[in-house]
Amino acid sequence: MSNNSLVSISDYSKDEILEILESAADFELNPNRKTLHGKVIATLFFEPSTRTRLSFETAVVRLGGSIIGFSDVTTSSSVKGETLNDTIHMVSCYADAIVMRHPLEGAARFASEISPVPIINAGDGSNQHPSQTLLDLYSIFKTQATLENLNICLVGDLKYGRTVHSLIMAMSHFHPTFHFIAPDELKVPDEYKVFCKRNNIKFKESSELHDNFNDADILYMTRVQKERFQDMMEYERVKNVYTLKNNMLENTKSNMRILHPLPRVTEIDPDVDSNEKAYYFKQAQNGLYVRQAILSKVLVSK
Amino acid sequence: MLVNYELFNMSLQNKLIVAALCNGTVIDHIPSEKLFKVVSILNLDVYKNLITIGNNLESTKIPTKGIIKISDRFLEEDETNKISLIAPNANISIIRNFIVAEKRALTLPSEIREIVLCGNPNCITNNQSVTTKFHVLHHDEELMFKCHYCEREVKGDEVKIK
Ligand SMILES: [Zn+2]
Repeated sequence: MSNNSLVSISDYSKDEILEILESAADFELNPNRKTLHGKVIATLFFEPSTRTRLSFETAVVRLGGSIIGFSDVTTSSSVKGETLNDTIHMVSCYADAIVMRHPLEGAARFASEISPVPIINAGDGSNQHPSQTLLDLYSIFKTQATLENLNICLVGDLKYGRTVHSLIMAMSHFHPTFHFIAPDELKVPDEYKVFCKRNNIKFKESSELHDNFNDADILYMTRVQKERFQDMMEYERVKNVYTLKNNMLENTKSNMRILHPLPRVTEIDPDVDSNEKAYYFKQAQNGLYVRQAILSKVLVSK
Repeated sequence: MLVNYELFNMSLQNKLIVAALCNGTVIDHIPSEKLFKVVSILNLDVYKNLITIGNNLESTKIPTKGIIKISDRFLEEDETNKISLIAPNANISIIRNFIVAEKRALTLPSEIREIVLCGNPNCITNNQSVTTKFHVLHHDEELMFKCHYCEREVKGDEVKIK
């Protein structure tokens, strides 16, 4: 019912994406603007995600808003059988906007249809997580000073990794060239390759990480999770091959930066952390400014 | 000679079944295996007026076909559009006073509610009481259905119908 919701990155046009990035840059210069003074924001975490919740809640507090909500599903009513429909109706009586994470795909879209207040999707199962995508874009923009015509190398679990899929969609506005590097089990699904072809986006695919990203402007690493593998021998092999080490960065471009949605497991060796090309911790911090920009757009600009 | 006899017999048989509908709708050339799905999406199991259903009839276009004649019911366009999901090559005729008053062309709607189920077990529509909704996409000739909620795409011929 509220058309100001942010459920999927595809809800935003190119101009709206750029508007968020500009606004995030303003918040980075001055994070303590009270644009949400007097507003109540609910954070409903039907599945735990401390990292995302703290980032959103910090954004609300810095903007002068107040927070209600839950993050512990064992004490919330949803485990006692209350439907999402009823929870959203109840919470929307109290809050001016709802930030929600839910284990079921499509939960946020459904909530946005029944809620009289805007919904911000903080992750619905393996589907969408648009604030992550926008902070990825902001990080790319900040490190490259542009989003246009970049070589973007995506590494790891390209099959199930939702951050990768959303990034492909979002970057499609900016004429990228993609390089998909994944083990055979975790290759990027056909529908995204079809999407690239339809939008005249160049891409190549390979399965070897080593020496394969020297032309990249962005090296976007993702988690390779054990649960995704049928064959544990194969997992062990892939895990070792797909670990980025500092000595692999020697011939990479000077402007190249490494991103990772975090938390990482073994895919980036700690010896990379001190390299100036490692940007993932700063990337996480950028999430705060981007979430301030999202909250302000959703609640202030009507 | 045998062949001619069979053709004659076939058209006679089919004519007998199609004939004698005063007012209503005839759905012809339904692939046999889809016949009862069509019955189901039109909720004919609870329809009280006369219905004639023929199945496994010989056909020149498809291996075997089914036909449904529904008396005193004129299908609405959204109903015939549903049929287009299951049997895109079916022929639909609206009969008034024993005469074909309208041949209804089947067109796929751009959005489908309720009758299609999402194939993703982790989709909200399969776990809570949420009505399904799909967007019909045409990717380079290929028909795809995209779940409005979980955003997964499924090929047209792999779609699950309620
Ligand atoms: Zn679905």
